[in-house]
Amino acid sequence: MDRRDFLQFAGAGLGALLLPVYGRAIAAEELLSKVDVATKKKLADAALEAAKASGATYCDVRIGRYLRQFVVTREDRVENVVNTESSGVGIRVIANGTWGFAATSVATPDAVAKAARQAVTIAKANSRLQAKPVELAPVKGAGEVSWKTPIVKNAMEVPIKDKVDLLLSVNAAALKAGASFINSTLFLVNEQKYFASTDGSYIDQDVHRIWAPMTVTAVDKASGKFRIRQGLSDPRGMGYEYLEPKAADKVTLPGGAVVYGNSYDMVEDAVASAKQAQAKLKARSVKPGKYDLMLDPSHLWLTIHESVGHPLELDRVLGYEANYAGTSFATLDKWKEKFQYGSDKVTIFADKTQPGSLGAVGYDDEGVKTQRWDLISKGKLVNYQVIRDQAHILGLKESQGCCYADSWSSVQFQRMANVSLAPGEAKLSPADMIKDIENGIYIVGDGSFSIDQQRYNAQFGGQLFYEIKNGKVTEMIEDVAYQIRTPEFWNACVAVCDQSDYRLGGSFFDGKGQPGQVSAVSHGSSTARFNGINVINTARSLG
Amino acid sequence: MGILSEQEAKAILEKVVKLSKADECSAQLNGSITGNIRYALNSVSTSGIVDDLQLGVQVAFGKRVGTATINEFDDASLEKVVRRAEELARLAPENPEFLPAIDKQTYKPSETFDAKTAAIAPEYRADVAAACIEPCKADKLVAAGFLSDSQSFFAAANSKGNFFYQKSAGADFTCTVRTDDGRGSGWVARNLRGIDAFDAKKEIAIAIDKAKRSVDAKALEPGKYTVILEPAASAGLISFMMFGFDARQADEGRSFLSKKGGGNKLGEKLFDERVTIYADPWDKEAAVIPFDPQNDGLPRERVNIINKGKVEYLQYSRYWAEQKKKTAQGQPGNLIMIGGDKSTMDLVKSTKKGILVTRTWYIRMVDPQTVLLTGLTRDGTFYVEEGEIKYPIKNFRFNESPVIMLNNIEELGKPVRVGDDESPFVMMIPPMKIRDFTFTSLSDAV
Repeated sequence: MDRRDFLQFAGAGLGALLLPVYGRAIAAEELLSKVDVATKKKLADAALEAAKASGATYCDVRIGRYLRQFVVTREDRVENVVNTESSGVGIRVIANGTWGFAATSVATPDAVAKAARQAVTIAKANSRLQAKPVELAPVKGAGEVSWKTPIVKNAMEVPIKDKVDLLLSVNAAALKAGASFINSTLFLVNEQKYFASTDGSYIDQDVHRIWAPMTVTAVDKASGKFRIRQGLSDPRGMGYEYLEPKAADKVTLPGGAVVYGNSYDMVEDAVASAKQAQAKLKARSVKPGKYDLMLDPSHLWLTIHESVGHPLELDRVLGYEANYAGTSFATLDKWKEKFQYGSDKVTIFADKTQPGSLGAVGYDDEGVKTQRWDLISKGKLVNYQVIRDQAHILGLKESQGCCYADSWSSVQFQRMANVSLAPGEAKLSPADMIKDIENGIYIVGDGSFSIDQQRYNAQFGGQLFYEIKNGKVTEMIEDVAYQIRTPEFWNACVAVCDQSDYRLGGSFFDGKGQPGQVSAVSHGSSTARFNGINVINTARSLG
Repeated sequence: MGILSEQEAKAILEKVVKLSKADECSAQLNGSITGNIRYALNSVSTSGIVDDLQLGVQVAFGKRVGTATINEFDDASLEKVVRRAEELARLAPENPEFLPAIDKQTYKPSETFDAKTAAIAPEYRADVAAACIEPCKADKLVAAGFLSDSQSFFAAANSKGNFFYQKSAGADFTCTVRTDDGRGSGWVARNLRGIDAFDAKKEIAIAIDKAKRSVDAKALEPGKYTVILEPAASAGLISFMMFGFDARQADEGRSFLSKKGGGNKLGEKLFDERVTIYADPWDKEAAVIPFDPQNDGLPRERVNIINKGKVEYLQYSRYWAEQKKKTAQGQPGNLIMIGGDKSTMDLVKSTKKGILVTRTWYIRMVDPQTVLLTGLTRDGTFYVEEGEIKYPIKNFRFNESPVIMLNNIEELGKPVRVGDDESPFVMMIPPMKIRDFTFTSLSDAV
């Protein structure tokens, strides 16, 4: 689901609820219950045995219970409170060297055994079109293990009334500060996932995520102009503690904008959104040209996501996504020659273990223990993101643990790990960085984004734009978008702030695949400077 | 399990409505059997069948509303889902914009079902994949494609006696063909109401031809060009523009259809007079169900959205219609744009200098004030001179508003049915020749 689908959903009623992706709506207290591990193991074993008996050389079983809660509000009213559950069993096999998959919502040993046999039948039928047999990197069976997102306060346990009260107080604060309209939403996700495979793994995981987006609009009826300022929160792999603000997590940037780290003051940001949306109505339109860009982590995460995260997915590089998401400019020959992807200031790593991130899990959806590894080291391309049936292509002895399915009924495939820009080694704050920028633009928050199918040419907007002249923020400007060619952009990176400025951004609904699947992924960085980037003016007149 | 007959669906829905103790109750059933096959690198990567049936129940006590859904259908489960919805309704705050369930309506059926498409079997999908893979393999080309087909039904009932049931079927085919050295890429797509006329061998030839022709693309300077947009190239832009047709957004001052000083631009001529876009659930080529699930089940009607350049329709939710003393109706499920008789190649023939665009990609809103959209060309972009395709050119990024685009029309061709991954509409869109289309940078992507 991309942002457009989300916005459509947010305003819809019963009709939108029937989309299969959301599963069935349930009562609030059911979000807290769990299925016991022994029952799941029995079910998994029934599938594994049936698959092997039918001729599968490998089988994995995912028993999933996917819980979601949405609270959707605008101004002084609640538009929707929805609890959904989707549960079932997905079974993947290899037979005749070919993948097969089947899924069932009926959680009985007979039903899963039947689905396992169906998966084997599909694998055998498709093997006639298989160019070469699947080659799986070995995984040592994990035995019976469990993992849980290290949350402090389970958001599912917070009463709905408290969540409604929070959002309505956010809306009231924005309206009082001059907003014309505000939409605020709370999204909670809990994935209860049980994985078992013929390798001897029985992995029980309890994954939590939270997101609190808002959109504030200021309208000037006289001129017919309107401007939007979106909230500066980040979706997180955290509990409700993210919405309990701590002073230490608040960062005031040069020029006065306030951003947030490991907790978020939604009311305070609503007030700032209202004021800044009004300021945007009056802000000067940017003069197009080359500027030095200073990019806050609340903005830079999306540029990392699009121009590094996606092109370094090995399935894209190989051509498996050619018909939809596309391929990649970062081809294997570039990897072999250690292509200069960026300047020596640029080290970008993948990490499925980072606490608080959206992508953090103990094991991926094919039972591989998660890890951290470099993708770009001091500017040079050194690695990709792979899953078990791709590892041999890079000569790797094991998968990096990047496999994910968004539902029990979806086939797991390669998805992006958290991909982050390593902080600079030398001490450097945003206040230090701005001092020697003569002609620049400071961008805070993510906005419009678009990139080509090989991830060369991208265009990004933002939420807040500030002109920098001779080392100082002068004024807010508007109508800014910058266009890049990926390698030139990363090679124009001349400075990255230190660890003390490192913050996470992320996407709750990153889309990929056919049929489409979503995943959630974080991207960390400190503020970074890019010299001589092409900025266009996006203002138009409809006459 | 996924497909119930009208009698079966009605029996479940009536039982549910009767079980409810709330002031009112609405229920919907939808079921589908969807099959797909996905292939890449000239080999099948995944294929599967998803059989799904869901019941949704919405109840109201006064202005408190609760919603629950379930995928089990025994009597105990039906009772459970109704009680859950009632429990949520009691917990929910009052919704001041709540409106009672709609009265009994008359829905004129549309032809959304095709028996042959509904009967597609796994062998058929494998044959389509093979028809694409084999000629590519033989010609140093690489095919990656996807075929998805479905049969489905939708049924709804409420405590005021309203009832609706209709079956649908459809298929969507896309295939990208790349040269094995990665220097050329072509694409073909067909969104199908019925598979009778579909011939994968014929379609794949289009993608193969574009892949071969697109090798060694030359770079042109970005700027304003006359473009010939194939239907798939403009559909995404037009569909994006429709988000601005919500009456409430327009009245609130946050749409390109908002009027300076307040109100909206309903009735104003904002486009070239050759632009007529209407919705019609009964259209032969692009039929959709006449029931609008997004607007409480109101019947869809045939409406002129843009008529000879003039905005004649805005979407009113039931609540906003009541506020503004308008009549609410079902929102469009399709978009049909009127054109002429010419094919894309006929438009090429009449072009002195221009650019032929196969498709556009990754379209995103840059400024909702003007519907300024950005995106890129992809999988077959060619330079046209004196009525002929001269040579392939590198892809461009565009920054263009469909509102401006639809004021710069040179010529329209014959509409064809188009599906779009990011659009909620079934569309009939003509190929179009547009002057002064704004390309802002070059892309090296093939």
